[in-house]
Amino acid sequence: MNKILITNGHIIDPANNTDQSGTIYIADGKILASQEQKPDFTADITIDASNKVVCPGFIDLSVRLRDPGQSYKGTILSETTAAASAGVTSLCLPPDTRPVIDTQAVTELIADKSEKANYTQVYPIGALTNQLAGAELSSMFALKQAGCIAVSNATAPLASLLVLRRAMEYASSHDLLIMIHPVTPSLSNNGCAHEGAFATRYGLPGIPEASESIAVAQCLELAELTGCRLHFSQVSSRRSIIKIQQAKKYGLKVTADVAIHQLHLTEDDIEPFNSSFHVLPPFRTNKDKKSLRESLANGTIDIICSDHQPHDLDAKLGAFPETEPGISSLETLLPLTLRLVQDNAITLSQGIAALTLNPATTLGIESGTLTPGRPADICIFDPSLSWTVNPENWRSAGCNTPFWGQTFKGRVTHTLQTGKVIYSL
Amino acid sequence: MTNTPLEIPALLSKLETEIKSVILSRNLTNPVMIGIHSGGAWIAEQLHQRLNIQEPLGLMDISFYRDDFSQIGINPKVKPSHLPSHMEGRDIILIDDVFYTGRTVRAALNEIFDYGRPNQVVLGVLIERDGRQVPLQPDCTGCSITLPLGQRIKLTGPMPLGIHIQSFTTEKTAA
Amino acid sequence: MTNLQLNTEGKLKHFLTIDGLSKEILTEILDTAESFSSMSEQRVKKVPLLRGKTIVNLFFENSTRTRTTFELAATRLSADVLSMNIATSATSKGESLLDTIRNLEAMHVDMFVVRHAISGAGHFIAQNTAPHISVINAGDGQHAHPTQAMLDMFTIRQHKHDFKQLKVAIIGDILHSRVARSQIQALNTLGTKEVRVIAPKTLLPSHVESMGVTAFNSMEEGLEGVDVIIMLRLQKERMTSALLPNEREYFNCFGLSEKRLKLAKSNVIVMHPGPINRGVEIESCIADGPHSVILQQVSNGLAVRMAIMALTLQSYGEA
Repeated sequence: MNKILITNGHIIDPANNTDQSGTIYIADGKILASQEQKPDFTADITIDASNKVVCPGFIDLSVRLRDPGQSYKGTILSETTAAASAGVTSLCLPPDTRPVIDTQAVTELIADKSEKANYTQVYPIGALTNQLAGAELSSMFALKQAGCIAVSNATAPLASLLVLRRAMEYASSHDLLIMIHPVTPSLSNNGCAHEGAFATRYGLPGIPEASESIAVAQCLELAELTGCRLHFSQVSSRRSIIKIQQAKKYGLKVTADVAIHQLHLTEDDIEPFNSSFHVLPPFRTNKDKKSLRESLANGTIDIICSDHQPHDLDAKLGAFPETEPGISSLETLLPLTLRLVQDNAITLSQGIAALTLNPATTLGIESGTLTPGRPADICIFDPSLSWTVNPENWRSAGCNTPFWGQTFKGRVTHTLQTGKVIYSL
Repeated sequence: MTNTPLEIPALLSKLETEIKSVILSRNLTNPVMIGIHSGGAWIAEQLHQRLNIQEPLGLMDISFYRDDFSQIGINPKVKPSHLPSHMEGRDIILIDDVFYTGRTVRAALNEIFDYGRPNQVVLGVLIERDGRQVPLQPDCTGCSITLPLGQRIKLTGPMPLGIHIQSFTTEKTAA
Repeated sequence: MTNLQLNTEGKLKHFLTIDGLSKEILTEILDTAESFSSMSEQRVKKVPLLRGKTIVNLFFENSTRTRTTFELAATRLSADVLSMNIATSATSKGESLLDTIRNLEAMHVDMFVVRHAISGAGHFIAQNTAPHISVINAGDGQHAHPTQAMLDMFTIRQHKHDFKQLKVAIIGDILHSRVARSQIQALNTLGTKEVRVIAPKTLLPSHVESMGVTAFNSMEEGLEGVDVIIMLRLQKERMTSALLPNEREYFNCFGLSEKRLKLAKSNVIVMHPGPINRGVEIESCIADGPHSVILQQVSNGLAVRMAIMALTLQSYGEA
């Protein structure tokens, strides 16, 4: 296998507390060394990373590839290409594909397609219940065997708290991580915007914070009861954070992620009736944004994800409440994280940890670090390179993003996955 | 066609004389006088008294009948028209202050005919000036003049009535 | 949103919401409506202003009153009118909306008057329709009903003249009311001294004060010294969705009775966008009484809609 040398880069590896310039040696798809010099190493490929940051490849906990089943929105090929260009070397695919990831067959199909697309580290998340219908437990053991890394009911509701309890118990008996989107459907009541001044002004059905925080509270209680490992997907409100913080202090095995765009946009930023801003959970208030940023800094929220949801044009064409929610967000993941660093909300190391070490720890995978012996999943980026979000620079099949046309600083120049260069600028 | 200064009393008198003459020559019976807002209305008030017309004075605002809606849009302060209830078969004396392109009179005629078919319409204006754009002309005038390019003539009032000649840079409203 | 409703010269092109329109534009609408209001008394009730223009009433939500008013308004302006009642399709709503518009555009129309059950439908149509077409919002979801608000402002101006002196109370289901939202915005833009909303908590939207109103949960407090009372209609569905117990209790707490009317100023006017639920929002004797201007609202509706149609269809600087 290729011997690769990455020289002169600014290496940031939170797992090993590294934040200095250095050289990385790669062989046989693994990291050979990152601190010591190896003068007798003859590289097949040398990458000069001067003025660039070299860090572990990003691990994204929620990337919808829309494949199988919704190829008009995206395919495994198009979206993994986008992921590679975004520095993402491992990604989790939520179970709401069509068909749903509730059988071995679908899990294997996904593995096949990923291999054909030359992108190996797609980690499917298995459905918690059959068909995501919320009533019967799925064959979680079989799904785990087939390669599912966790289980989740995606955004589909569960029939009752009893089902949730039992699912948690069953999943934990197979040592499977449960990922939950905390939502109380009866309180959300088909809302499409945060219940507040903006929704009131524009007559949009609102979703109160309590819908999320009540679901968080319920899940935390049940997690304690059942002893399962719990992860909250895409937290958005201050009240949820308060509960998660308490739970962590108390010693509960809980982690949480936040979608990168929630750290930047609030209801005040929404252009009225512009469906690019239609997301779930909705953009909330400045208070919530401040709280999300603080909790990233203090570790209450461990992980940043893209919550990538590419859409076809028709999905966003209609009166706001009738459009489908979601942003195509892989390719703005890095620059938006760098903006957080610019805003002094977090340090660069913290940002990278939230994208690499922390998700790896939660998922229990080997990537996410530059420790010798680990898979050579590497992201090299130029933090000062300016680029504009436009058709030339965009790889995803979905162009649905409120950041369309904006200029950002920070761009991936090389991505390596198990020692193979899967992207270079 | 004249260089003598324009004086209202003289113009009114001439117009009055001509109208009297037309009333006879065209056999106007119990005519209705209608003045076009706003200058025509002021003139009509004077003439109505002088000619001792029995029927109450009618007033019309032609804003909604103008042909230039697409170019200049709607005038927000339109006064309601006060027209006699029966126009069918009536003899009408239509009065305006200045006859220029003829479009105002065309609009006025459209409005009148919407109310019913008159027997005949006689047009009297205080001042006729050059610049006609439609094939209409007054039956009675106070005077006929030519104005240099870029100038327009305007009646002010109601008390006192005055005539002003102004320059304007764009060809816009037609009298 | 201001940009969407105005053309490059800052004149009204679409009329979708009061939100973002200046006092000058609102006043222009009221003044223009004044010109049209005397027309109903004329023998000839038509003017040729919009002759040759085709106006399509696109009603995705049923409404006989509003639709017929718009039809009459268009007819009085000598426009050709096409009225379409379209049941909201259950599938791919966005697509059918756009397709419907495209099909009608192919017939060379000049204006859409749209009523739809979803907030933002008017905006969507205005953003996606051919550039020469004007869109009037006849009510979209819970968002806006700007023509109703304007006829209400016209009625208030008729009776009270100066908004700066007025205390206005809007009573009822504010949460679900597009009329209330538009009225609040219009009243504030026109400089109303104080705008109040009176409703049980279940019927007040979150952060309602951010719209520039004072909220009251009691009629006795809220009606103190008001000049204008606007009653909103209570829909029966509110009872079944656990927002209110029943009509009797609603009337006992929030109905406009003779006794409560006395709390307002002695020359208070009482308004209602209709249709009225007698004995639920308002006592019959008040609806028919000397303070009520409800019927005038209806006739004003015609003049105001004519004004809005004429103003949006005039195009400046066209070749």
